[in-house]
Amino acid sequence: MKAVICAGPPTTGKTTVLKQVVKKVIREGFHPVYLKVDVQYAVEDELFKKEFGIPVKKVYSGELCPDHCNVMVLGDAVEWARKEKADFLFVETAGLCLRCSPYIEGSLGIVVLEATSGMNLPRKIGPMLTLADIAVVTKIDLISQAEREVFRARVIDAAAGVSICETNALYGIGIDSLVKKILASPEIASSLVLRGNPPVGTCTVCVGKKEVGWQRHFGVVRPLENDIFYRGE
Amino acid sequence: MHIEKLTILGGVGKSGQPEPVAEISLKMGDVISVVGSTGSGKTTLVDDIALFADRNTPTQRQVLINGVPAPEEFTNDPSKNPVAFITQHTNFLSDLPVNEFLKIHAGIRRRDNISSVIEETIDFSNKLTGEPIDPENAMTELSGGQTRALLIADAVIIGNSPVILLDEIENAGIHRTKALELLRGYEKIFIFVTHDPRIALLSDFRVVMQNGAMVKIIEAHDGEAKVAEEIKKLDDMILHCRKLIRSGERLDEDIFKELR
Repeated sequence: MKAVICAGPPTTGKTTVLKQVVKKVIREGFHPVYLKVDVQYAVEDELFKKEFGIPVKKVYSGELCPDHCNVMVLGDAVEWARKEKADFLFVETAGLCLRCSPYIEGSLGIVVLEATSGMNLPRKIGPMLTLADIAVVTKIDLISQAEREVFRARVIDAAAGVSICETNALYGIGIDSLVKKILASPEIASSLVLRGNPPVGTCTVCVGKKEVGWQRHFGVVRPLENDIFYRGE
Repeated sequence: MHIEKLTILGGVGKSGQPEPVAEISLKMGDVISVVGSTGSGKTTLVDDIALFADRNTPTQRQVLINGVPAPEEFTNDPSKNPVAFITQHTNFLSDLPVNEFLKIHAGIRRRDNISSVIEETIDFSNKLTGEPIDPENAMTELSGGQTRALLIADAVIIGNSPVILLDEIENAGIHRTKALELLRGYEKIFIFVTHDPRIALLSDFRVVMQNGAMVKIIEAHDGEAKVAEEIKKLDDMILHCRKLIRSGERLDEDIFKELR
């Protein structure tokens, strides 16, 4: 079985890209399953079930950050996918705070970015892009050729090893080369390990202390004009 | 990669029947039009070209570059892609000043003499529009016509794309015949999707679309050249009226007589 983990900012077209991919993967004779990780609302699992009749699951991260939630549930999800005799486990996750990345070793990591989000986006989103195997750039029909080129150059600047697929996913344009890469990805490893280091960011905000100002917090804190430091025992 | 020839091998129309036109071959310097009523498949044809269709699109057409299927780098790297596609939806999103933006693009293309390339690009687009572009203006402040003109100029000069697809540029309010005249000065393949008789008649040949299929190729010939002359007069008259109306004039008796 192979695992494909797909991240990206909201509304970039992750679901549209995956729908096109799943359609082609099924046409190739494979059996995929789909897991959606989101914060508090998602209907994508129902869409996949209705359109393709494949096993689906969704999990709301709620109080957990979605990337952390992903780490927690992915072991169970792989087991579930094996029980369903799946060839591919597709995981779609929100990835909101841009510090973590949800990709695991021995699986394919895909980040979906929209060309319309501005030429500086590749410089802003950190490990979600830098640790991905493939960057899918969507909505390419809406921007100028020049901006597509700048966007691409900046993706490569930020993540030298990443391979780029430009798509207009609404019409399935550019999906073939992505599917080829997914089919050629490695089998999932027996022990699952996160690809990147999660940030050391434990502070009292994390545990629900609402007062504003670093002086009222402990753990890893930071003032406006200084770098982070540890405050406490 | 040096491009000499672009070939479109016919697939099937909406009915599933093979297209009447089995092959179109284009060489550098060709200017062609794609004509047909709305829904006849004009945009799908240029989409196939932009995608380097390899019997893998709904039309099952195949597009060959120098006689062979396009390498994958064409579709994955826009700076290696020889086709620039300017659709009706294509837009600039950047709010950088025009000259700064063009500098970034020219830098990525590793063009020499960046400042003269930028000047040439802005000059080119100013020839296509009524009001000249101020290089210090933000890209997003450009008018619809200026944007379209700059998209074309950027693709031709900075992008230096050998194949340029233009989808209904007549709607943008730019100077069409001037555009054709200027574009002919560059050795490229230009494909116009158009409803405009003047653009269609100024092309080397036109592909006629019907029900999703390429049904006919019509070469420019002398008989039509005469008609084109007449259409040119009519069109120039309309453009003249437009210019007068735009600049706040009234259309008077003299114009009426000329129209008769």
